[in-house]
Amino acid sequence: MAYGGLTVPIIVMSVFWGVVGGVLPWLVPKGPNRGVINTMLVTCAVCCYLFWLIAILAQLNPLFGPQLSNETIWYLRYDWP
Amino acid sequence: LNPKVSAFQRRFVGEVRRCEEMEKTFTFLQQELRGAGRALGPCPEEPRAPLAREALRVQEQSEQLAQELREVSRNRASLRGRLRELRQYLHVLREGQRFTSLPAPLGSPPRARALSDREPILDPSLHQHLDRKINFVAGVIHPWRVSAFERLLWRACRGYLVASFVEMPEPMEDPATGETITWVIFLISYWGEQIGQKIRKISDCFHCHVYPYPESEASRADTMNGLHSQIQDLSVVLEETEQYLAQVLDKVVLALPTWRVQVQKMKAIYLVLNQCSFDVTEKCLIAEVWCPVRDLTQVQEALRQGSYKSGSSVECFVQRIPTSESPPTLIRTNKFTAGFQSIVDAYGVASYQEVNPAPYAIITFPFIFAIMFGDVGHGLLMFLFALWMVLCENSPSLRQASNEIWQTFFEGRYLILLMGAFSIYTGFIYNECFSKATVIFPSAWSVATMANHSSWSSAYLATHPSLTLDPNVTGVFRGPYPFGIDPIWSLATNHLNFLNSFKMKMSVVLGIVHMGFGVLLGVFNHVHFRQRHRLVLEFLPEMVFLLALFGYLVFLIFYKWIKFSAADSRLAPSILIHFIDMFLFTSNAGNLPLYRGQVPVQTVLVVLALASVPVLLLGTPLYLRCRRRAPRTGHHGPVATGDQEPLLEGQEAGNSVNATKEDVESGGHSPEAEHLDFAEIFMHQAIHTIEYCLGCVSNTASYLRLWALSLAHAQLSEVLWTMVMRNGFVRLSYAGGVVLVPVFAAFAVLTVAILLVMEGLSAFLHALRLHWVEFQNKFYVGAGYKLCPFAFAPDAGE
Repeated sequence: MAYGGLTVPIIVMSVFWGVVGGVLPWLVPKGPNRGVINTMLVTCAVCCYLFWLIAILAQLNPLFGPQLSNETIWYLRYDWP
Repeated sequence: LNPKVSAFQRRFVGEVRRCEEMEKTFTFLQQELRGAGRALGPCPEEPRAPLAREALRVQEQSEQLAQELREVSRNRASLRGRLRELRQYLHVLREGQRFTSLPAPLGSPPRARALSDREPILDPSLHQHLDRKINFVAGVIHPWRVSAFERLLWRACRGYLVASFVEMPEPMEDPATGETITWVIFLISYWGEQIGQKIRKISDCFHCHVYPYPESEASRADTMNGLHSQIQDLSVVLEETEQYLAQVLDKVVLALPTWRVQVQKMKAIYLVLNQCSFDVTEKCLIAEVWCPVRDLTQVQEALRQGSYKSGSSVECFVQRIPTSESPPTLIRTNKFTAGFQSIVDAYGVASYQEVNPAPYAIITFPFIFAIMFGDVGHGLLMFLFALWMVLCENSPSLRQASNEIWQTFFEGRYLILLMGAFSIYTGFIYNECFSKATVIFPSAWSVATMANHSSWSSAYLATHPSLTLDPNVTGVFRGPYPFGIDPIWSLATNHLNFLNSFKMKMSVVLGIVHMGFGVLLGVFNHVHFRQRHRLVLEFLPEMVFLLALFGYLVFLIFYKWIKFSAADSRLAPSILIHFIDMFLFTSNAGNLPLYRGQVPVQTVLVVLALASVPVLLLGTPLYLRCRRRAPRTGHHGPVATGDQEPLLEGQEAGNSVNATKEDVESGGHSPEAEHLDFAEIFMHQAIHTIEYCLGCVSNTASYLRLWALSLAHAQLSEVLWTMVMRNGFVRLSYAGGVVLVPVFAAFAVLTVAILLVMEGLSAFLHALRLHWVEFQNKFYVGAGYKLCPFAFAPDAGE
């Protein structure tokens, strides 16, 4: 799969967590627990999205590369694309 | 309500004592049941608390049953003792036969049995030679005392007696200790009166049971027949007694559970009634209670029903009264939120009407736990364990387990469920499943391109044990891994270099976001308690301080991630040194700026942050002082005390029975109190400012424990894999398959014990600490007390 850089993952994840945090709260049925469930959905969306974002931004421009043992290089050279 | 009345003078002390007496009777009945080996079943339905005459009936019946039980037990014990004695006598006579019978006995063979130690010394033929009369002493003695008895007899009455001992064929119960022992029957033949007395005294000393031994053969046979019939009669009577006892116990088993619950309820009610005080006319009871406003109509309904059911002519009623006490806190929870509320309450119950951090903690607490625990495999195990507990939560065996540690885990089953679920998510992001990385998307680093570019031939690789991929070479690094950490890092020897930098920055960013959220929650408090001045004078400076310094740090982190790449990696600036230089207003020549105009921007931010400190320190106290100085035109205090409206129309608001006149009339503060108040407010605000500013720095560093614990977890699971599990894969033969089984057993046990239990508890504790201290000290006061409504506690006994 050709790497699309940052755009595809960020669009997918933003849409996904955006739906979870912004759309699902409107769909929760009215009841005594609606407030708690909405709080949970929004908090969960913010936390998980931020965590994923930090992980991908940290790898966007690596300042150094991985140091591999020669056995690993022998194997990965032909096994991984 | 009646603190001045001592506990013994209260109105319902007599009833409470009666309940306690009944409970004593019940305990006795239960002990008897347990002694007979019966179990007491649980109470079938929920009985209501009994009225006074019902209670009297219960007391009478229970005492009657206890009395019957005592009598029957006593009878049975005495019957059994008698039976035992008769049987011992029978055995004595039977065994004694063998020593004193003629050569042709009535049934027993002349050959000595293996049981007897001694040969029959008294030869029957000797019998006829002796002129003197031979007397006998026969009895039963404890087997341990036999040798001492023999020795003493020999020394005391040398030569004038003949003693024979034989074991009883069947063991019998010792009345003193209750254990079954094989008694030893002895038969002493002596001649002479003094000897006889000596022997009897010695037998007394040794606690033997002595039975009369008839001389002649015929009388012995008669006695034996008599004994036989007596024993039979007695056995019949004993059987009937046991049957009757069983019947009585049946009655007890039926009635006792209900009675216990009824009496417990009665006692609880009387204890509460004891706390009420009497009206002046001594005709009615007054109680002061805290009640949620929403439930007032329910309370009225219940009072009406109670008056109706007890058939009284006067109705009970409720009236609201003003009070200056601070009300208790009631937070309604369901089975899901109860666990999270309890961990918030463990630190401090929320003050009356302050913002409750629990709804946010439902997600942030498992999330912060998961950051320190991130591993797909371990998270999955935790999630499945919690799922099992949740699905089987209604089974009684799980609910009523007596093990306290299990109860703790069971109460927190929803907490563990969410912790496991979030751990699976963070495990995917860290790309760790039992310390192994999964390649869901192809890795972004291409070893082949690097090998081709640098011409890494096989010979070259053989001489170089480790080589580094260079992201500057085109095609080696193809873009960020879409979801999580790239799997190549788990194969790299320098993976900690990268992961440490990533995790440290992640911890700092998440910590600052968490703390900022805490400061934001304080806005709810300010708005609710109508202290809008605090929005400008406290919230704003706090936010400015936090964002100007630490928000800027977050910005630097993200900026460096986005702007600096491998091309200028040699000259990449260090954020930490920039941050320190920002505070010290210096600059380091070797550390290049991140962007143009960095120094003036940083100066402005530091000045802004420093300027917000005096605003935070002096703002609120000065504002409050100015407001007090302003003419008071019916200004109400910031916090609303209890409502003064009467509950029912047409009634004035009464006052608390215990309140004095001065309490009710004292409204505003006197001038001296005002001065004192200002000093107190200023002191309080100074402490808050220092705590906040210093806390910002130290708490940000405290969040680095997220990095530390996740590193520890990752390293531990890697050690377990490489040193335990991998040894099972070394041999690829059938023998290797057999070896794999115990190796996997060891791996599984160590994973559960070390990684799940120990690391889980550790991460739980640290997540709790981060919530309680770093998050909650930005907005939470937590000085309230819980509303404890009267409830019948479930029977926690057997």
